[in-house]
Amino acid sequence: MNKKERILKIRDLDISFTTDNGSVKAVRGVDLDLHRGETIAIVGESGSGKSVTTKAVMGILAGNGQINNGSIEFHYTDLSPERIKEVTEKFDGVIPEGYAKEEEKKCVDITKQSKKFIQSQIRGRRIAMVFQDPMTSLDPTMSIGKQVMEAMQFHYNTPKKEAWNRAVKLLELVGITDAQKRMKNYPHQLSGGMRQRVVIAIALSCDPEILICDEPTTALDVTIQAKILELIQDIQKKKNLSVIYITHDLGVVAKVADFVNVMYAGRIIESGSVNDIFYDPRHPYTWGLLASLPDVESASDELYTIPGTPPNMINEIKGDAFAPRNPYALKIDEKIAPPMFQVSPTHRVASWLAAPKAPKIEMPVDLKLKIEKNKKEAKLI
Amino acid sequence: MTTILEVENLKQHFKVNRKFTVKAVDGISFTINEGETYGLVGESGSGKSTTGRSVIRLYDPTSGKILFCGKDISGKMNKETEKFLHTNMQMIFQDPMACLNPREKVLDIIAEGLDIHHLYSSQEERTQKVYDMLELVGLSKEQANRYPHQFSGGQRQRIGIARALVMNPKLIIADEAISALDVSIQAQVVNLMKKIQKQTNTAYLFIAHDLSMVKYISDRIGVMHLGHLVETGTTEEIFRNPIHPYTKSLLSAIPEPNPIVEKERKSFSYDYKSSGIDYKKGTNHHVDGSHYVLATDQEFEEWSK
Repeated sequence: MNKKERILKIRDLDISFTTDNGSVKAVRGVDLDLHRGETIAIVGESGSGKSVTTKAVMGILAGNGQINNGSIEFHYTDLSPERIKEVTEKFDGVIPEGYAKEEEKKCVDITKQSKKFIQSQIRGRRIAMVFQDPMTSLDPTMSIGKQVMEAMQFHYNTPKKEAWNRAVKLLELVGITDAQKRMKNYPHQLSGGMRQRVVIAIALSCDPEILICDEPTTALDVTIQAKILELIQDIQKKKNLSVIYITHDLGVVAKVADFVNVMYAGRIIESGSVNDIFYDPRHPYTWGLLASLPDVESASDELYTIPGTPPNMINEIKGDAFAPRNPYALKIDEKIAPPMFQVSPTHRVASWLAAPKAPKIEMPVDLKLKIEKNKKEAKLI
Repeated sequence: MTTILEVENLKQHFKVNRKFTVKAVDGISFTINEGETYGLVGESGSGKSTTGRSVIRLYDPTSGKILFCGKDISGKMNKETEKFLHTNMQMIFQDPMACLNPREKVLDIIAEGLDIHHLYSSQEERTQKVYDMLELVGLSKEQANRYPHQFSGGQRQRIGIARALVMNPKLIIADEAISALDVSIQAQVVNLMKKIQKQTNTAYLFIAHDLSMVKYISDRIGVMHLGHLVETGTTEEIFRNPIHPYTKSLLSAIPEPNPIVEKERKSFSYDYKSSGIDYKKGTNHHVDGSHYVLATDQEFEEWSK
């Protein structure tokens, strides 16, 4: 097996928003890697900067937001219109390995590109996004068929008839029965789960290389959530997509992700493979997140909660942003922000507790029991 | 244990036009005891919110009987019963931003119920009552003079809870009260609700679609689907031994924070139309303890194999 192909590389990303009360530092130095065919998850509370990071990738930051520093490198294949047609017809939109010539492989830094370039080359075409609320991301005055066709016609100038046929196929792919009839329906005629399927179909319409899902199932019921997640997984396998999930639901993360990045106050504080994070968490914040999940068999009567509230991002944050809420905080946490410590080849954590000289601190007993039980179920021990 | 709420064969229909009537709730019965939490779960459109709203009389029930502390509150009520209902039953809503008046101070929001029912003799008593409530829900009295937009989502939900609690109700209907909050905040609010229940012995009707939280907070659970209660029982009975295929599909859909197990698990799907089950034909079958399931004789035999 050759080395995994890196498709997105974010380094040192720093984003702030200008407001009446001062500048809000929403993202403070984020490093992120995404490889082809892989699923990563970004986990964090509201306001931790997870959505802002991906919005920067899509080039859709709000008007008062600016990227101060850092780079977002995106590797993609740039095919001529004829070759795109060939790929769509012969390979169902998936570029097979070794198909692209060396000169067609390109790499751009999204932060340095013009709005026009991002709109015509990247957004919707090579990186597509699925939003949380399917009612607000669909146009209520337009039939869903038209909405699915729209992006194809814009990016590839696909003739109307062909676009129609492809849209029907896409709707079938996302599990909408009677697709021919549904094409003429309007969003209000569909249920929440169906609408989200339509949104996914739109996202897939241009055969993107990266799919970003921003809380795709938060607004849906659990039974429908499971179906939508399974659908995205199926399509990912078929189309060799790379997927970024943004969520605060750790159950969803466990189901879909290969790699997990935990974000807090604009920084990634722990990253690792899904097994690293769930069976061997190192950061006290990750402990808190895992411990606050309800579990019927746990002995204690009260759910664990992380004390305090997230920091106000307008103020300058000195030292570790999590220190005020961290019962295990060390003295150094108040002065210097911790760097990333390597725990294992895949697992990194930004906490002074992981430093070689730090005092040994165990995770809370309840959580330890929970993880041991989970490990037993997974037949790891 | 005394029963404080008895719902008998409640029906809530909405007439859309001459030909079409939505049967949101179609004959359900359940009881809630003093100081316990009854969880009502189901997908959107199953009628769980409608049930809550009918019970507190935001809607006029089409038929059926609702007894609250022995008083019939389902039909036309006299003044006394109406006052009893409005002071002793309260509601917490889903979206804490939408249910708080943005132009009123927290103090006035919480005291509104007291104002309407004249439950204080002096301004000092009114303020004191509000301060006590704020403290109970973990806010400080300095915050009483602020406006809702100055609070975070979790804090706003606490204000909603304080507003319900100030009336010292016997029953609180929590309609998706934690669905809009972050995971870590959800835990805080649920802990708070549990703590308050211990102190005040209030009963909750907890309406939600997130089963993992319901499992944690509820003593008994009712599973609703398409306006029918398909399965009822204690939390333990339902989670250990689900009988109805709909309950099974709901339970199998909860994602677990255990990646290796979770990746291999497939959820169990259930489709009412293609399953050939007719809820109208079903009767309540006794499984064990207080565990009942809605089924015909034949279905019951098949499922409980």
